[in-house]
Amino acid sequence: MTVLAADGLQKTFRGVPAVRGVSFAVAAGEMLALIGPNGAGKSTCFNMLNGQLRPDGGRVRLDGKNIAGLPPRQVCRLGIGRTFQITATFSSMTVRENVQTALLSHHREIFRFWRAARDQRVVEADALLHQVGMSTQAERAAGVLAYGDLKRLELAMALAGNPRLLLMDEPTAGMAPAERSALMALTRKLATERQLAVLFTEHDMDIVFGVADRILVLHHGELIAEGDASTVRADARVREVYLGSGATSGGH
Amino acid sequence: MIFGVTRVVNFSHGSLYMIGAYVAWTVLGHLPRDPFGFAIGVAATALVLAVLGAALEIALLRRIYRAPELLQLLATFGVVLMVQDIAQAIWGADDLPLARPHWMRAFVMLGGERFPAYDLLLIAAGPLVLGVLWLLLHRTRWGTLVRAATSDREMVAALGVDQRILFTSVFALGAGLAGLGGALALPDGTANLQLDLSVITDAFVIVVVGGLGSLSGAYLASVLIGILQAFGVVVLPKATLIIVFAVMAATLVVRPYGLLGRPGAVSREAEVPPLVQPAPAALRWAAGLLLALLILAPLLVGPFALSVLTEAMIALLFAASLHFMMGPGGMPSFGHAAWFGLGAYGAALATTVLGAPFPVALLAAPAAAGAVAAAFGLFVVRLSGVYLAMLTLAFAQIVWAIAFQWSGITGGDNGILSVWPPEAFADPRTFYWLALALCMGGALLLRRALYAPFGYGLRASRDSALRAEAIGLATGRVRLAAFALAGAAAGLAGGLAAFSKGSVFPTYVSIGHSVDALLMVLLGGVQTISGPIVGALVYTGLYDTLLQATDWWRLVLGAAIVALVLAFPEGIAGAAQRAWRGRAA
Repeated sequence: MTVLAADGLQKTFRGVPAVRGVSFAVAAGEMLALIGPNGAGKSTCFNMLNGQLRPDGGRVRLDGKNIAGLPPRQVCRLGIGRTFQITATFSSMTVRENVQTALLSHHREIFRFWRAARDQRVVEADALLHQVGMSTQAERAAGVLAYGDLKRLELAMALAGNPRLLLMDEPTAGMAPAERSALMALTRKLATERQLAVLFTEHDMDIVFGVADRILVLHHGELIAEGDASTVRADARVREVYLGSGATSGGH
Repeated sequence: MIFGVTRVVNFSHGSLYMIGAYVAWTVLGHLPRDPFGFAIGVAATALVLAVLGAALEIALLRRIYRAPELLQLLATFGVVLMVQDIAQAIWGADDLPLARPHWMRAFVMLGGERFPAYDLLLIAAGPLVLGVLWLLLHRTRWGTLVRAATSDREMVAALGVDQRILFTSVFALGAGLAGLGGALALPDGTANLQLDLSVITDAFVIVVVGGLGSLSGAYLASVLIGILQAFGVVVLPKATLIIVFAVMAATLVVRPYGLLGRPGAVSREAEVPPLVQPAPAALRWAAGLLLALLILAPLLVGPFALSVLTEAMIALLFAASLHFMMGPGGMPSFGHAAWFGLGAYGAALATTVLGAPFPVALLAAPAAAGAVAAAFGLFVVRLSGVYLAMLTLAFAQIVWAIAFQWSGITGGDNGILSVWPPEAFADPRTFYWLALALCMGGALLLRRALYAPFGYGLRASRDSALRAEAIGLATGRVRLAAFALAGAAAGLAGGLAAFSKGSVFPTYVSIGHSVDALLMVLLGGVQTISGPIVGALVYTGLYDTLLQATDWWRLVLGAAIVALVLAFPEGIAGAAQRAWRGRAA
């Protein structure tokens, strides 16, 4: 079942086309990777999907409804969660409070002035932290976490909105190799269990070919290949773009 | 130039200007009264101020470059206070006019009008200084470094440039120019003790309108505002004070970074806000004890101490309301007195003009301030940092100007008198209990909101607006609500102040009063929830004891502020919290 479908997405920055007519779809429970060399338009694509950028042309449909041009806040409310390339969490709060805040926001309970937030949505927050393996760190300040833990916290916060689609921008950047595969295995599990559609960009080709159900290859703002790992590996244009560097060697 | 390079919001720049005027008065008195002697005297003044500026930079500012903007402001305001007393000690309290020699009184005929020749000289001096600065910045290696540091200070440091020399020299140049300004303006006015604050507000406004760090922007803005003021006097004589700040407000709404300014380089030294935790049990016990003492106070202390305590309660709510938006809300305000004043005038006018009963008049205070804050907040919450602080300052000055100039309604400088509470609260003791209940209650309610989901939403919007929006949080609405709440609470404090003193004056809305609130919050510690309570009590106590004990209260208070900033950069409550946690760990 298709969760999100992009149709002819276009974006131009000061006359320079960054994304040119990109179309794709991602289904529930599917992990779709978006790869391409630096400057291929991956992040631009991403930012158009969650509303940080308004597309110059094309449509983004979530469950059939066009969401192109809506601001991030509304896109989130419609069921798209996201993690950022440079992690963004609330550093004056503990790990649990970060997730509690996400839950309170999701349930529209922010405009409450009396009961202490600390005692609210604790069970749900702990369940989410358990899912991402952060239970032991619930009381720590988000500002002092290691990078890999911040990524997992972001994942828990994105899940707090009970999304249908998860956007992950470079989810494993800056992590140690062992941590990387653990995080992606976790994501895989969540995608299957929650029937969550996952769209992610990634530079580590081992991760991409190891975990993605399908791969999109972007080059100069255009989609040049699409398919499962073996299809993309065998694709002549992909080999050309990556200069025959051996598609599984890591890096790009 | 100083802000562009060092990023310090230097309140004491006005003091340098004032000292410039005084030094020029002294120096010119010893020189021949011809144009050559005048030129020598002005140049010597600029030089003296450059040296003083370098000394100030080395002694104080160098130590606070990494401190939060508002602490820098606080420290430099401490310098303002000290300089006022020092200047008074050296030159006395009277205004000192310069005896204008004959050549200075000459006129030129321009289009059939007699035009003072000295004013022509002043008109020429602006572009001349701008030209020299431009050459200095664009034709020398030093200038290249200054421009580089303005756009990316950390990169310049990474390239191995000695920042200390660069910063000291920039500060010396800026101070010298301030001295030059003070000296050149002396013949058209006097050297007096009010120069510092009057000139610093104009300077802040001009720099913000022009765009922080943009020299040509500052010149453009100063010409624009100068012309508007000159013609404003003719067209709307009553609105001169308003015009300047209305221009700034309009500019910031349309161009949030000023006319020629650009969004600043993202600082890589971004501060990580500390974790907020519930108060430890010991603090709750101490707070309970303090509250019990405060309730019993009228039975224990005399009338003077009671009046100080009433004032402290009002200050407490005033400070707590500022802290609410500034600490957890991340919206620093230089003009918080606006809401206090709106509340005070609201309550006073409701009583005297409308004849409203006491409870209604008291309710009118937070209602008026809150409603205006909600409307004005629509513009404010889009800005951040210094620009936000400046827009709030501009608004406070507009309110002040209305209070001061619209004398038909507000009584102008004479204020509104006979705003007394009814019989039931006429006894200072009962009024104190009322103030205690409303102010402590209000402050505790604000504190409660900070621990409730709203406070988390507010801190989330401050910590990371990007993430907050991505979890569906309406950051704009949360910030607006916090702004309006803070305004309403400050308004209530103002309303109580009106009834406590029985009168309302424009000083309630003055910059000095806004600074009082800032001082209390920063003294207590911005990043602690109990900070404003501690800060308000300490500040009011310090203020009222000093005022009684010494003629040099500004010098002592200023020195105390500077010392506190250097010793406790995270405020009193912040330092106590650190010590407590260190002990526990």
